[in-house]
Amino acid sequence: MSVIINRDQCTGCEECLTSCPFDAIEIREGKAFINENCQICMACLSACPEDAIIETEKEETAKIDAQEYKGVWVFAEQREGNIASVAFELLGVGRKLAHDLNTELSAVLFGAPESGAQELIRWGADKVYLSNNPIFETFNDEPYSELLSSLIKEYHPEIVLAGATAIGRSFIPRVAAKLVTGLTADCTSLEIDKETRNLLQIRPAFGGNIMATILCPNNRPQMATVRPRVMKRGQYNENREGEIIPVKAAGISSRTMVLETVKEISDIFVNLQEADIIISGGRGLGNPQGFKLLEELAGLIGGAVGSSRAAVDEGWISYSHQVGQTGKTVCPKIYFACGISGAVQHLVGMQSSDIIIAINKNPEAPIFNVATFGIVGDLYEIIPLLIKKIKEMREIGKTANG
Amino acid sequence: MNIVVCIKQVPDTAEVKINPETNTLIREGVPSIINPFDMHAIEAGLQIREKIGGKVTVITMGPPQAETALRDALSMGADDAVLLTDRAFAGSDTWATSYTLSKAVKKIGADIIICGKQAIDGDTAQVGPEMAEFLNIPHVAYVKKVEDIKADFLRVQRMMDSGYDIIESTFPVLLTVVKEINEPRLPSLKSKMAAKKAVIKKWTSSDIGADEDKIGLKGSPTQVKNIFAPQAKTDRKMLNGTPEEQVEALIQELRRLKCLS
Ligand SMILES: Cc1cc2nc3c(=O)[nH]c(=O)nc-3n(C[C@H](O)[C@H](O)[C@H](O)COP(=O)(O)OP(=O)(O)OC[C@H]3O[C@@H](n4cnc5c(N)ncnc54)[C@H](O)[C@@H]3O)c2cc1C
Ligand SMILES: Nc1ncnc2c1ncn2[C@@H]1O[C@H](COP(=O)(O)O)[C@@H](O)[C@H]1O
Repeated sequence: MSVIINRDQCTGCEECLTSCPFDAIEIREGKAFINENCQICMACLSACPEDAIIETEKEETAKIDAQEYKGVWVFAEQREGNIASVAFELLGVGRKLAHDLNTELSAVLFGAPESGAQELIRWGADKVYLSNNPIFETFNDEPYSELLSSLIKEYHPEIVLAGATAIGRSFIPRVAAKLVTGLTADCTSLEIDKETRNLLQIRPAFGGNIMATILCPNNRPQMATVRPRVMKRGQYNENREGEIIPVKAAGISSRTMVLETVKEISDIFVNLQEADIIISGGRGLGNPQGFKLLEELAGLIGGAVGSSRAAVDEGWISYSHQVGQTGKTVCPKIYFACGISGAVQHLVGMQSSDIIIAINKNPEAPIFNVATFGIVGDLYEIIPLLIKKIKEMREIGKTANG
Repeated sequence: MNIVVCIKQVPDTAEVKINPETNTLIREGVPSIINPFDMHAIEAGLQIREKIGGKVTVITMGPPQAETALRDALSMGADDAVLLTDRAFAGSDTWATSYTLSKAVKKIGADIIICGKQAIDGDTAQVGPEMAEFLNIPHVAYVKKVEDIKADFLRVQRMMDSGYDIIESTFPVLLTVVKEINEPRLPSLKSKMAAKKAVIKKWTSSDIGADEDKIGLKGSPTQVKNIFAPQAKTDRKMLNGTPEEQVEALIQELRRLKCLS
């Protein structure tokens, strides 16, 4: 397949030139010409008012027998024996996909006891493939990818989902490479195409400025990592029953060794990607003490503290708190941006938050463009007041409840 | 120690926007840069070389103009550069990209391969680990510190969601690095001049003995069906008044949305 110009239809209007992210279209002899830079990304197709840019058909590749692949699988990651909340979210979306495909939903759990598998069943799994082998208790890429790929080879699921977490994004690519199949990273929406039964995988690209729908039509399974906190959890049913299938992990080796797992100990440290509320501060804090104020608010309403890169660069807070293009991508229910201007590199890391509250002195700050609620003001006035009022409110609540 | 660093030339994403009416990319005057994470990968390679000796080769797969990225890497101090360029590579997804890069790495021969954590255009973070699988070697992702490196092993810190792991690996190994690992150096004027004149190897698909069915669009299991603009927020509300009124209004809003009790 390639992209070509129908020279009869091309009027040389140049509309398409800027649509190309790779500088692959130029005008030659008054008509558009696609040069060797073309990456076949198709971005130009819709840019042409004359429909003169066309894609030639893809040659048929050896079709896999999609019929042989059945079932939706969810890789349920655990940390220190606790199942990560993203696993329950995957079961939520997995249930929907399994329903649309009229198939089963299974979970895969490594390095956890049977009680963990029971929990996954209560959250919606029909089956759980479980290895309680202690070698899986700490995450290590090679053993994880070896066992998961051998299970997939044995049972042929049509869809495999995992969390787009540090763990999922590290080892799932190895599994996809081994199985010769596609993998779509960090999806924010998944649907089934009713006609073809293909999985439509929707994800942000170009730092969140663009959304793309990705397909994996000719290979199985269709694999995706899914951004935490985007999908709704499945329904919890204490009495739900399912099947636990113990899996053997024999002869699994690894060339890397995890010597130690270090928890970053900090009063305020909560996994940013799992926090419901994030209070972020930027250069507008003016000094490292500013973060103490944010911590106080965070402590009060149960949030985690984030930051812009400028605050990290100033040395006011460690890099693990940075949100944005070169930091973490977060999606909490509430995101407070305090003294953050809203540079696009910051926005891409937080703009999908449910509610964004921006506090900034400058009414022109771009952060207000993405804000749900905007407050033009001095954060050193607003936040102490907010803390005070919340405390007052709770005092009243307490006395009212006796 | 043979060190290979994989770098990608990317549009400075901050400036790539989509035209909501036509659903196409607007990219007028957007500069191309070395993927920011890959700058740290280059620096990590140079530091390892300085510590235990060896050679740093930078490679990229991309269109002919990606040569600029390689020259920039040479000016930072890399010893050698290879450009993988061929029309047949066009349309590669991460599977085909990592296959192609792995063929080139095999040809060069490497003890350590270093990638950035992710490329800021696609943001997939998949090419590194997939390449390790193709090479049948271990990998460690999100390396934030090289604690120790000897002739036969290295020990690194891997950043995780709530802390870090300390990991040892034998060679060969592939690392992907995060920004925390180092501060990329600036090239000197002299090295910039030298890099301008350096000869850059150009390899096509046949130079690396790639299987035609595994490269480019044909070798890519995934396909981009369409692209579109993210939904813009339309429900913005400015809270005006005195600071007290603003805070009161915010609390009311949050209570209304059942986000505060
Ligand atoms: C390749 C690349 C990657 C990057 N990655 C990231 C990233 O991952 N994350 C990130 O955040 N940035 C990133 N940046 C940097 C980004 O471009 C901005 O420089 C940065 O986000 C600015 O941080 P800031 O908003 O805290 O600071 P500033 O832009 O300096 O804004 C400070 C704001 O505080 C306001 N203010 C000042 N005092 C007060 C007060 N008392 N009360 C209320 N408001 C006040 C000011 O009006 C101003 O709007 C990246 C840049 C590049 C080039
Ligand atoms: N075309 C390419 N050429 C060289 N290296 C690449 C290429 N694409 C990706 N990489 C490397 O793989 C890393 C992860 O990229 P990605 O999986 O696209 O997010 C990058 O930081 C680079 O080190």
